[in-house]
Amino acid sequence: MKYINEFRAPLFAQELAKAIYKEVNTERHYRLMEFCGGHTHAIYRYGLKDLLPDNVEFIHGPGCPVCVLPASRIDMAIKMQTESDAILCTYGDLMRVPASNGHSLLKAKASGADIRMVYSPFDALKISQQETNRQVIFFAIGFETTTPPTAVIIKKAQSLGLKNFSVFCNHVLTPAALEAILNPPDQILCVDGFIGPSHVSTIIGSDVYQPFATEYRKPIVISGFEPLDILQSILMLIKQLNEGSYSVENQYKRAVSGTGNKKAQKLVAEVFDVADRFSWRGLGELPRSALKISEHYGNFDAAERFPVKLEEGSEHKHCLCPSVIRGRNKPLDCKLFAKACTPENPLGACMVSSEGACAAYWSYGRFKDDSTEQLSAPRKGRIR
Amino acid sequence: MSTYNKYAPLDIKHGKVNMAHGSGGRTSAQLIDHLFKKHLGNELLNQNNDQALFAVEGARMVMTTDSYVISPLFFPGGNIGSLAVHGTVNDLVMSGAKPLYLSAGFILEEGFPLQELEKIVISMAQAAEAACVKIVTGDTKVVERGKGDGVYINTSGVGIVPDELNLSGELAQLGDVIILSGCIGDHGIAVLSHRENLEFETAITSDSASLEGLVKLMVEKAPSIRCMRDPTRGGLACALNELAQQSGVGMSLQEKSIPIKAQVAAACELLGLDPLYIANEGKLVCICPAQNAEELVKAMRLHPLGAESQVIGSVIEDKRCFVQMETTLGGTRMVDWLAAEQLPRIC
Amino acid sequence: MCLAHPAKVVSVNKVTDTAKVSLDGVLKEVSLSLVENVCIGDYVLVHVGFALNKLDEEEAALTLKAFEELASASSAENSINDA
Repeated sequence: MKYINEFRAPLFAQELAKAIYKEVNTERHYRLMEFCGGHTHAIYRYGLKDLLPDNVEFIHGPGCPVCVLPASRIDMAIKMQTESDAILCTYGDLMRVPASNGHSLLKAKASGADIRMVYSPFDALKISQQETNRQVIFFAIGFETTTPPTAVIIKKAQSLGLKNFSVFCNHVLTPAALEAILNPPDQILCVDGFIGPSHVSTIIGSDVYQPFATEYRKPIVISGFEPLDILQSILMLIKQLNEGSYSVENQYKRAVSGTGNKKAQKLVAEVFDVADRFSWRGLGELPRSALKISEHYGNFDAAERFPVKLEEGSEHKHCLCPSVIRGRNKPLDCKLFAKACTPENPLGACMVSSEGACAAYWSYGRFKDDSTEQLSAPRKGRIR
Repeated sequence: MSTYNKYAPLDIKHGKVNMAHGSGGRTSAQLIDHLFKKHLGNELLNQNNDQALFAVEGARMVMTTDSYVISPLFFPGGNIGSLAVHGTVNDLVMSGAKPLYLSAGFILEEGFPLQELEKIVISMAQAAEAACVKIVTGDTKVVERGKGDGVYINTSGVGIVPDELNLSGELAQLGDVIILSGCIGDHGIAVLSHRENLEFETAITSDSASLEGLVKLMVEKAPSIRCMRDPTRGGLACALNELAQQSGVGMSLQEKSIPIKAQVAAACELLGLDPLYIANEGKLVCICPAQNAEELVKAMRLHPLGAESQVIGSVIEDKRCFVQMETTLGGTRMVDWLAAEQLPRIC
Repeated sequence: MCLAHPAKVVSVNKVTDTAKVSLDGVLKEVSLSLVENVCIGDYVLVHVGFALNKLDEEEAALTLKAFEELASASSAENSINDA
């Protein structure tokens, strides 16, 4: 696979690891947050931690739109479908995400709800063109990578004059999540630098991160998804930290430019507005952190077409996800991890999808000696 | 069952059957352990192998059964009929047995075209002949339109295990070598590609085939083989996790040794799937003493179905019965025993 | 968080604004609604049935060159140390 296999070459991985060993200051500890769940996945899938010195630590961030989706949004989707007998179209990622009271889209499907898995939003549009007697709701999730495709199909639905198609919008915004990490309520920050998102950045560009790097004095390196990209980004971050600098660097230049994809941004701006507030699993309610369908396309807003009232869910009282997402704690610190909370029965955001910190550790990392990973107390960070 | 893979009790009162129960992963095992075996368990069922071994008038016989509900019914490289023969024959031969006879039970949906049914049955006849087995008994039921999926097939099979052979999942030992007979993921991707509208320039076809000939050669060459399994639903990962659990051992694999076709790897990338968990229908994984491994692999490579055989790892000590893998980059990761089938993902 | 893969454009349909792309011989039809001036032979990033961006092949080559240079420098250093 061209432009994939070359960035997985074992020889270069070894060389980058050697360079990192050479560059690190053995007297300090480097805490690097990979913001994006895809990076978490790659780090574990390739065993990258084993290539790095012990004083380079990964903090797994919140960049998984499945993980941060509150249970109440799944409840709403199920209720919308049940009350209208619409066909609910969803990406596979959402099928097993826990809703309230142990429900999920998969379980609702097993009980007879017409819930269908799609690979692309176009599939949902096709279904609505084929099944003209049924309403079709597309359950839209994702950060800025996945938003432009949703914008395209809403516009297409309008141009086709479709009356039976709508979108349940749960698109969220990366800068808001980054702000929430950098500016936590208690002002304790446990992260030294950021491995920035790959494909979100192909859309929004790398320039948008500059104000964060400047204000919070944390280096950010936009990194590709492949293991060599991640290793090179780590090297770049460590160099910056050693120099005391805090700029935005773009390691993923083959796919990311400073200003991003203007065409996609324009489409998104046309179809969506920024919602006043949105509740994030693990991060709480964040202002101006998600999108809603604009008034002009309001016909296609499933939340308006099928209004449902539901109570806000609450997190399990022992769930440490808010702390894990911010780098204060590791999965093993959580009382629920691997006991009550497992991938089959996820109780918190970090266990919900394979990219969440706890799920990734469970699936790929729990075979390692537990005692070396155990922390006896939550991490202390510097007051900003 | 190792405590590290223990699962929460089955909620019989309120729970419902869902797709995970049929996926070949841990949730399937839970249903079997906590419901079927709870009421039906006996010393033969509790052997936990793909076949039950019992002596009959001086001969040791194996018997197995499997049901086939695949959709679509026709896929590149086969159909539900040929799959129903290959799958059950393979379950028998994983014990080293010579397969003898199959039964075939059909559940047909009202309205299913006879022409299509005939194609399926012809495929079964051809597959049986190639596997040197006879289909000696059968049954047919019909359900109302809308209550089936065209055709469901159950095949049961019996075979005889030669006296000198004793293969069973609990016999893997420290230091044993793990051998895989060829490329992984072909069947699962061939079937998924239909559903996900993926096309291939050079078509990926299912590897559905009878392993009877390959196994015959293998047990002649190395009667010391400890156990074999065909990695069907749940893929190589689930098959190895099952064996690790049964034998109370761990396993260490080398990712770079695991063969996979470029297009299968590419399709997995596009769908966000891990090829270790994708179904195979014409492959086997075998555990044998280290001293026999080289010769065995050499012999397997002479057979068309074993041409790409590789040593992929070894059995290690691990009370937790985990399967771990050295990645292509030299790090290590766990090859987890998934609870349910992988789903395509976008994130 | 967003799986996207570089794939080669093998045909373009200007009428439907779509392209057929190939990832090692696996063909997929993708929408070109989010990109411009895509030609046969270009590489695009594919996500949920859409091309998100064209890959900058020069930049890709530069990144790979940086890896090669790192490897050469390391190998040169090893030679000096061994000598």
